[in-house]
Amino acid sequence: MTSTDAHDTAARPEPGVSPRRRRAQRVPAALLGPALLGLLFLVLPLAGLVVRAPWSSLPQRLTEPGALTALRLSLQTATAATVVCLLLGVPLAWLLARARFPGRRLVRALVTVPLVLPPVVGGVALLLVFGRRGLLGEWLDSTFGFTLPFTTTGVVVAEAFVAMPFLVIAVEGALRGADARYEEAAATLGAGRWTTFTHVTLPLVAPGVAAGAVLCWARALGEFGATITFAGNYPGITQTMPLAVYQTIEGGDLDGAVVLSLVLLTVSVAILAGLRDKWITSA
Amino acid sequence: MSRGTRIPEEEHVVGRRLARAALAGVTALAMAGLAGCGTDEAGSAPSGSASGVTGKVTVFAAASLTESFTTIGRDFEAANPGTTVTFNFAGSSALANQIDQGAPADVFASAAPKNMQSVVDAGDADGSPTTFVRNQLVIAVAKGNPKGVRALADLTRPGLKVALCAEQVPCGAAATKALAAARVTLTPVTLEQDVKGALSKVKLGEVDAALVYRTDARAAVADVDGVEFPESAEAINDYPIVVLNNAPNRTAARAFVAYVRSDQGTSVLTAAGFQAP
Repeated sequence: MTSTDAHDTAARPEPGVSPRRRRAQRVPAALLGPALLGLLFLVLPLAGLVVRAPWSSLPQRLTEPGALTALRLSLQTATAATVVCLLLGVPLAWLLARARFPGRRLVRALVTVPLVLPPVVGGVALLLVFGRRGLLGEWLDSTFGFTLPFTTTGVVVAEAFVAMPFLVIAVEGALRGADARYEEAAATLGAGRWTTFTHVTLPLVAPGVAAGAVLCWARALGEFGATITFAGNYPGITQTMPLAVYQTIEGGDLDGAVVLSLVLLTVSVAILAGLRDKWITSA
Repeated sequence: MSRGTRIPEEEHVVGRRLARAALAGVTALAMAGLAGCGTDEAGSAPSGSASGVTGKVTVFAAASLTESFTTIGRDFEAANPGTTVTFNFAGSSALANQIDQGAPADVFASAAPKNMQSVVDAGDADGSPTTFVRNQLVIAVAKGNPKGVRALADLTRPGLKVALCAEQVPCGAAATKALAAARVTLTPVTLEQDVKGALSKVKLGEVDAALVYRTDARAAVADVDGVEFPESAEAINDYPIVVLNNAPNRTAARAFVAYVRSDQGTSVLTAAGFQAP
């Protein structure tokens, strides 16, 4: 907003404004240059995808069962992972924003670790805990005969692991920004903490929760490293779109990889744009 | 940040808090990660050369060559002071693809002629490739073979988890051929991008068996057993090697290929379980 205003003013100098003032309001070339370069850097690769797309063979490639299977699996697992993140992440964000307990700063730091952790490392860590020989996985296997790696549930676990911090941070920020006096008022009127949470706090931070959920979903949809490391790669079970793209390009099928990438790009942009009108702008 | 007067105070504080939290996270991570670091393999070579071969040689080699080529690389550096050999080990199809995209490599060693052929067809090879070793598959199982796997047909037992390589990489193509020869149809739980990926799933205990090269099973002898099976004779892979056309260091690249095919190189490869071509 600010930069647009400044730019407009610079383009249409008003007679009353002194030259010195005008110069101060103009976007400095030292910022404008890198900014445009930055924009180009972000947009150019996407344009490359569109330019290199094999448009003539696109229809038949799109209807190949492999592409649709991977897309369906991606949408299902990303949505399931977002639900898991909402169920666990919103309470965690509440704890960080509202509860007073020793070591809270450490807990917050730990929550952000998956954000900076290379996803592959996350996948290795998940294997060591939930793998068949893992700390918990061994017990799960011997007690229930249930293992996570190489299952669709494993994909959801991997995606939730890398995506949850996005939700927690967004919701915690919303909670800190929300006016706590509403909650206090509810409490003085006799509402219990749970009732206050469901009837006052949650509606207050709903836009923040929605924004966090969208971020979380987008991150889960793009998840690659933790998934291929922890859940493996098999079509229809664990091969999500990013894995399918990787396998296709590794196999030397550039056109196929471009088509899959375009599909993923289109679907995610369409869904995010659709949600944005509804939620994000109000956040 | 200190001059960000336009940023509303609240955002400013949130940003700072976020940055601090992230920083704390990074610190915790760095401390946790310290133990895992420090396994850098390539040492720097001494300077000065007598053979006329100097500088850096970049070798793109099939994942199954990891152990033997690392040894050969070290020997080559010792024999040619002033040279440094760097390796990129991955699935042959991925390597062929990278070379095709212009990766600055001097030498390509593939685990199958098919992936080499795509490099030759793209005009990236300097001369024609030569086969320097052959390799065949075994069934890698956990040490002591707890599931009693004796043949390919055992891999179809219910509840037995098997990892294969994806079909586009040589170990996957060989596995498909061997399974067809044995008339065995199996559904793996995962398709790995190179042979080391399949092997590591056995080492981790996540799968009960994987079809890998004899050399990979031998290199991991501390963790896995290799079960030989007759149909692997139907799927023997030839390993071709070639100097690449846009090799930044062609002299050293030729010297490296010659070294791989020399008696010293061959003895390292056969000790690893490779067969002579």
